[in-house]
Amino acid sequence: MDIKHITSPLQQEVIKKLAVGDMVSISGRIVTGRDQIHKYLASGGNPPIDLSGLVIYHCGPVVIKEKGQWKITAAGPTTSVREEPYQAEIISKLRPGAIMGKGGMGEKTRKAMSECGCVYLHATGGAAQYLAECIVKVEGVYLEQFGQPESMWLLTIKDLPALVTMDSHGNSLHDTVLNDSSKRLEGLFSQPFSVRK
Amino acid sequence: MYDLIRKTSTVLPEDVTLAIKKAIAREEKSSVAEQTLDIILKSIVLSSKNGLPICQDTGTVLVMIEGRPDKSIFHLEKSIKDAIRKLTKEGILRQNCVCPLTEKNTLDNTGKYVPQIHFEPVNGPTRISIMLKGGGSENMSTQYSLPNSKIQAGRDMEGVRRCILDAVFQAQGKGCAPGILGVCIGGDRASGYLIAKKQLFRKLDDKNPSPVLAALEKTVLKQANELNVGPMGLGGKTTLLGVKIGHAGRHPACYFVTVSYSCWATRRYVVELNQKGEIKKWI
Repeated sequence: MDIKHITSPLQQEVIKKLAVGDMVSISGRIVTGRDQIHKYLASGGNPPIDLSGLVIYHCGPVVIKEKGQWKITAAGPTTSVREEPYQAEIISKLRPGAIMGKGGMGEKTRKAMSECGCVYLHATGGAAQYLAECIVKVEGVYLEQFGQPESMWLLTIKDLPALVTMDSHGNSLHDTVLNDSSKRLEGLFSQPFSVRK
Repeated sequence: MYDLIRKTSTVLPEDVTLAIKKAIAREEKSSVAEQTLDIILKSIVLSSKNGLPICQDTGTVLVMIEGRPDKSIFHLEKSIKDAIRKLTKEGILRQNCVCPLTEKNTLDNTGKYVPQIHFEPVNGPTRISIMLKGGGSENMSTQYSLPNSKIQAGRDMEGVRRCILDAVFQAQGKGCAPGILGVCIGGDRASGYLIAKKQLFRKLDDKNPSPVLAALEKTVLKQANELNVGPMGLGGKTTLLGVKIGHAGRHPACYFVTVSYSCWATRRYVVELNQKGEIKKWI
């Protein structure tokens, strides 16, 4: 499979060309944000840095301080759909280039992504070591009052692998899998279980 | 306890790693499913080599102690809590305990009712079972009260099968598929979840002593993998790595089916202690 190399912050023309099913390799500056950050930003809190074009990564990393330097010891994605109540508003207000996480997002987010030019990047859940190795540097940390996993970490990454599962044209792989598996479930329900098979 | 919890966070059990390797071989070459599982396997190797957490969500610590009820239990409880605090400082466990009243993180992974330590009196050597269960998969765990008209599940094994398949479908990739299911048929609202979680300690290749449950485990595993939810819910042949079903007596009025969803990073070990409280063997 061909891999598209993209850099955060993302330009609109790059975002528009990304389609569901594209494997991407991301480099550049990204920020983490999960439940507390999303609640804060959606309820009018000021973003500590300009988020336009940036990748917002749904991730609560494990971080330790070693010789005065932050060190990320694990950094996989968290379940994105928890941010569904907030994400659309953050996309339209702060214009990030991509949302990265796992599990995909809902209808409201999909609409906001089409309207504002934003994509959803699916990173491999639980692959915390593989993904942590793609983090080259911790540039800073903001909103530390939310606790370590919930703070906004500004990171420089290199070649982080992800899959485009929602694009800026309204497509979603998650919907496709959901609909397909729903039909399959119906089929399986028509094969009742009996021990003497 | 320090070594036990450290290993649980950093080294995936052999049977789970083997199941992931087998799944890679089953998926189509260069498919998203194969590549996803490949990244997972690479990450497992890295965490073990570097002695770092398998997943950044180092979970909630669940401990089951079986042993003779004597004073050593207090010592064990203390050493578990000390180990958790130390490992949190070292970045092997994430700060995963928040007080719901103040919304403040307790910063050391302990808090009211945390960690959960269950004791079962047994007249034999002390056994400790430990699990680090991630929050994403815990959110996908669920309990059905039968009959359930929505999925037409009655109070029989066919009804149980429908519940389990529905739980897998509802979870999609959100519990970090391919998952492992611990299931309890019967029990009450509380015991159902605990007994379901206990099933997750069983090795993936063990055989259920009940022929009915063994057959149900086999059927549900095969059928769940036909749902095509796939690794991380991105499509593919591997949606589950295992299904383990237990049962408990039920009140005549109640029929619960409880499904504990565990992610691919199912982190659990069981050890036996010697009289000094040191690890005698890994089970």
